[in-house]
Amino acid sequence: MEILAEKLIELLIRLCGVSAILFVFGIFFFVFREGAQLLFHGFKFGEFFFSQEWYPSSQSNVRYGALALIAGTASVTALAMLIAVPFGIGAAIFISEFCGPRAKESLKVTIELLAAIPSVVWGFVGLTVMNRVIISLFHTPIGLNVLNGGLILALMSVPIIVSIGEDALKAVPDSYREAALALGVTRWQLIYRVLVPAAKNGLLAAVLLGVGRAVGETMAVLMATGHAVKIPTSIFDSVRTLTATIAAELGEAPVHSNHYQVLFVIGILLFTITFLVNLAADLIVRGLRSK
Amino acid sequence: MIHSFKFQFLRPRPWSRRHLMPSVAVLAVTLACLLAGCSRSSESGGKAKKTMIQDTGSDTMVNLAQAWAEQYATVDPGVSVEVSGGGSGTGIAALVSGTVDIANCSRRFEQQEIDTAKKNTGKEPREFMVGYDALAVYVSKNNPLNEITLEQLADIYAEGGKITKWSQLGVKLPGGSDEIIRVSRQSNSGTYFYFREAILGKGRDFRLGSRDMQGSKDVVELVANTSSAIGYSGMGYNTPEVKQLRVAKKAGDKFYAPTVATTLDHTYPIARPLFMYTLGDPSGAVKKYLDWIHSEEGQKIVVQSGYVPLPKAGS
Repeated sequence: MEILAEKLIELLIRLCGVSAILFVFGIFFFVFREGAQLLFHGFKFGEFFFSQEWYPSSQSNVRYGALALIAGTASVTALAMLIAVPFGIGAAIFISEFCGPRAKESLKVTIELLAAIPSVVWGFVGLTVMNRVIISLFHTPIGLNVLNGGLILALMSVPIIVSIGEDALKAVPDSYREAALALGVTRWQLIYRVLVPAAKNGLLAAVLLGVGRAVGETMAVLMATGHAVKIPTSIFDSVRTLTATIAAELGEAPVHSNHYQVLFVIGILLFTITFLVNLAADLIVRGLRSK
Repeated sequence: MIHSFKFQFLRPRPWSRRHLMPSVAVLAVTLACLLAGCSRSSESGGKAKKTMIQDTGSDTMVNLAQAWAEQYATVDPGVSVEVSGGGSGTGIAALVSGTVDIANCSRRFEQQEIDTAKKNTGKEPREFMVGYDALAVYVSKNNPLNEITLEQLADIYAEGGKITKWSQLGVKLPGGSDEIIRVSRQSNSGTYFYFREAILGKGRDFRLGSRDMQGSKDVVELVANTSSAIGYSGMGYNTPEVKQLRVAKKAGDKFYAPTVATTLDHTYPIARPLFMYTLGDPSGAVKKYLDWIHSEEGQKIVVQSGYVPLPKAGS
């Protein structure tokens, strides 16, 4: 009886363990199934990737060109990373190497709090506060643009970069620090000649996970970027991202219509991007461990 | 009505833990009732249960629908109307898949949508006109422009249109910025559909690059914050921060402001009816609710919400 119970519990735990894999493959399967019908039956890859004409509900000439949406996602993510990487890595170095234990604790708690703010709240901040700030600072006609979305996304990905980056720096053995200090290096030299090179894989993984977060974020960018189908020529242009398009249009698209399936194709594209980014991060971290 | 029950289990109900046992009894009774196909909620189990009406759709109408729902709660406390927005397209999609009782719509159902509804549920959508809205064209209150023609609007918004600068309309903005910021709606909006059909013309599309807002209120808010913007939204969303333009069909015609009178006598060129749709003929609480909306009391709320009531003779 006891053996049976043990076996049962073991099975249960094993099931919990593999459930994540099941869920990921399940999600991928369903997203792919919804999009596949169109993908393999006359899907215009050329139009999808190289045309910026997104007219999903046109009555005369329906066109599904996602180039402007891809450009939107790319521009907002790139700007977000441009801001978040220096701040995130800098904060990670400060927390790991410079501050005392009390400041460290309070900083970590605050940064975790930053990560806990719901994305719709970020979007709201972008829509109301940042919009006005950008208009009055830069005298642009409208504050809902790449800059706004990029800033919001940067704030959202900084916590991830900080916590993973800090872990990576912590993983550098103390003997490195001691050896370097014994050679008489300054603190600055210690960081950029010893610690950062030693932790570079972990730091790169932190950045890549930040990218994954930024690419996949929906609600905040939906509200902060202005939602205009347009390839941006400056950071003051409004854009629309891939995720925001799915969020805005899936509710209306009749199930199994072409529009519905194109939205799932966008889902497949996003899934592929985040999968590749996470895979890269994972491989890099593994490279770090095997050293 | 069956669908209204389905949601009772999903939504947080005022069941406190202390009353768990009666709640379970209510649940059981309701379940039994559901299986028996009865449409009235049971009074047994201590507390009277409310009948729920799910009402989803048009963002133009969401304030109006909310006002009706709140007022109706005092008329018939046994019925609770749950209102949500999202756009006419969202309401239609929900009605067609049978998850709501009433779909609010600021445009008519298209034939294709009627066919889908019939195919999915076996019932035909029934249309109820509940009021009118004059689609107002908004600019910032500092904008010197007061009048616009439909042709100019089409040239601003349509694919291949020629107007991109305020100076082309003969206007110099106080801020000095000349580019027209077009504010539009997302593509599941009934207002978007109506504007496309009434102003751009059948088969013509919007020019890309407009800021597509999720709600009627967002359009007006953005226009209020942006001195060089132009946008369209329901007349009920007017605020002191924005200005409604007078509109004429074509150059040389008389310009009309969007008001109750100009909507009713059809002189304002872009007025449209507002609808509520049900699947098949409404019955029970839904029918009562729609009747009440058509009554004098219900129509008074249309006026209070800033829209145009149905003409008395027609109702």
